[in-house]
Amino acid sequence: MTKAHIQASRTPAEIVEMPASVRVVPISQGRKPMVEISKLYKSYGPIEVLKGCDLVVERGEVVVICGPSGSGKSTLIKCVNGLERFDRGALVVDGVRVGERASDMTSLRARIGMVSQHFELYPHLTVLQNICLAQVHVLKRSKVEAQAKARALLARVGLPDKEGAYPAQLSGGQQQRVAIARALAMDPVAMLFDEPTSALDPEMIGEVLAVMLELARDGMTMIVVTHEMGFARKAADRVVFMDKGAIVETAPTQQFFDEPRAERAKLFLSRILSQ
Amino acid sequence: MNYSWNWSILIQPPYLGWLASGLELTLVISISAWILALIAGTLVGVVGTLPHRIPRMLAATYVGMFRNIPLLLQLFLWFFVVPELLPSGWGFWLKRDLPFPELWTSMLALGLFTSARVAVQVGSGITAVSSGQRMAAVASGMSPAQAYRLVLLPQAFRIVLPPLTSDFLTVFKNSALALTIGVFELTAQTRQIESFTFQGFEAFTAATIVYLVIALLVTFFMRTLERRVALPDTMGAAS
Repeated sequence: MTKAHIQASRTPAEIVEMPASVRVVPISQGRKPMVEISKLYKSYGPIEVLKGCDLVVERGEVVVICGPSGSGKSTLIKCVNGLERFDRGALVVDGVRVGERASDMTSLRARIGMVSQHFELYPHLTVLQNICLAQVHVLKRSKVEAQAKARALLARVGLPDKEGAYPAQLSGGQQQRVAIARALAMDPVAMLFDEPTSALDPEMIGEVLAVMLELARDGMTMIVVTHEMGFARKAADRVVFMDKGAIVETAPTQQFFDEPRAERAKLFLSRILSQ
Repeated sequence: MNYSWNWSILIQPPYLGWLASGLELTLVISISAWILALIAGTLVGVVGTLPHRIPRMLAATYVGMFRNIPLLLQLFLWFFVVPELLPSGWGFWLKRDLPFPELWTSMLALGLFTSARVAVQVGSGITAVSSGQRMAAVASGMSPAQAYRLVLLPQAFRIVLPPLTSDFLTVFKNSALALTIGVFELTAQTRQIESFTFQGFEAFTAATIVYLVIALLVTFFMRTLERRVALPDTMGAAS
């Protein structure tokens, strides 16, 4: 049975239950990695927030970054699309050297989707306008084309009837799903998620994670900062554990949960999983 | 009080015409000054929120200068002093060839004075929009100019619309100072009617009512604008 055949015969429920190891889209495809972080350092004044982080994310790979608060997870992910500057080290994203003056950061940012903790939908625009804004003004798509794309994505995240609503009229979970649709509308080559569910009520976390899980199954390259270990188990290829600005463990998902090596990671897992 | 009231002079020629032409100049000066203030003030307000230090300092200097010098003094400086400081050819053109120099000067002086106040309002409006909004816009590939135009300014203006209404009202009242450099706007015409007819109470009452009506109309216009651009709130029924 071919891979395409397998994919076609799966129901959505089966896709959700499918372990990451049988994903349809092959990782990397022999091309250069999506993200190469080497020896990254950053300080806020006297406080060192990144202490020589190294991380390579292949194309099609899903990497979950976890660790205690203040460990530098968010800072690291914001460095990837240049929202935060770093002091030393090298960072290449989709062939672009981030942090160099000559690099075209604007076009890099346009093809790296970002979803943040507080959704950051534009409150003065409707859901449809939110999803169309960057498509029209950055990618120069026609309004008709952008709206068609927006409607298709709204259906995909399960909100086909909300296009005329303003962000304030939506629940947190709905807002975050619109934010994901807004990022996907740019046809990103990779998606960054910065604690996408930590501002949500517990009953809304599931609906956002389901959308993210489907995205991972479709082969999107994803770097996800999250405390949702259930999501990591189901979707991640690798888990990165950070503590005090350093990456203390990088391991394939199964291995990370079954036999974490770093003491700090063991402690973190035992605490978070016993909740 | 031994005063013979004569309200009818207000509708007699030529006095009614004087009031009308005074009102016209008041409106022309105030509205053009307000347009200038909105444009310059928005630019300076934006510059004041840029991430780099030098533009921020320039914006602060601009605001400090135009906000801290009394408006009357600014009028005199623009009208009497600036033409002397310019290269002589320009100075001559301003003093001799430019038609209605007092009118242009009062528009410019009032506009720049008000622009400093608008800049502060717009700047604080932009600051009041969460930094995450700027980040979201930039992360989607927008240029800084696009982020301001499409995301930050539309929100900032909604926030500062009520204080901007106050500044818009103040422009009309401040425009009366233009009479000091010879503009025959509403207050100047009122004084002229008084000296021609000795019916000062009637004339000043008329001016008071006209200023009041302008203020009420402007307030109504701005309230309508506020309502039109208001966003549905969390509990809104539109969902």
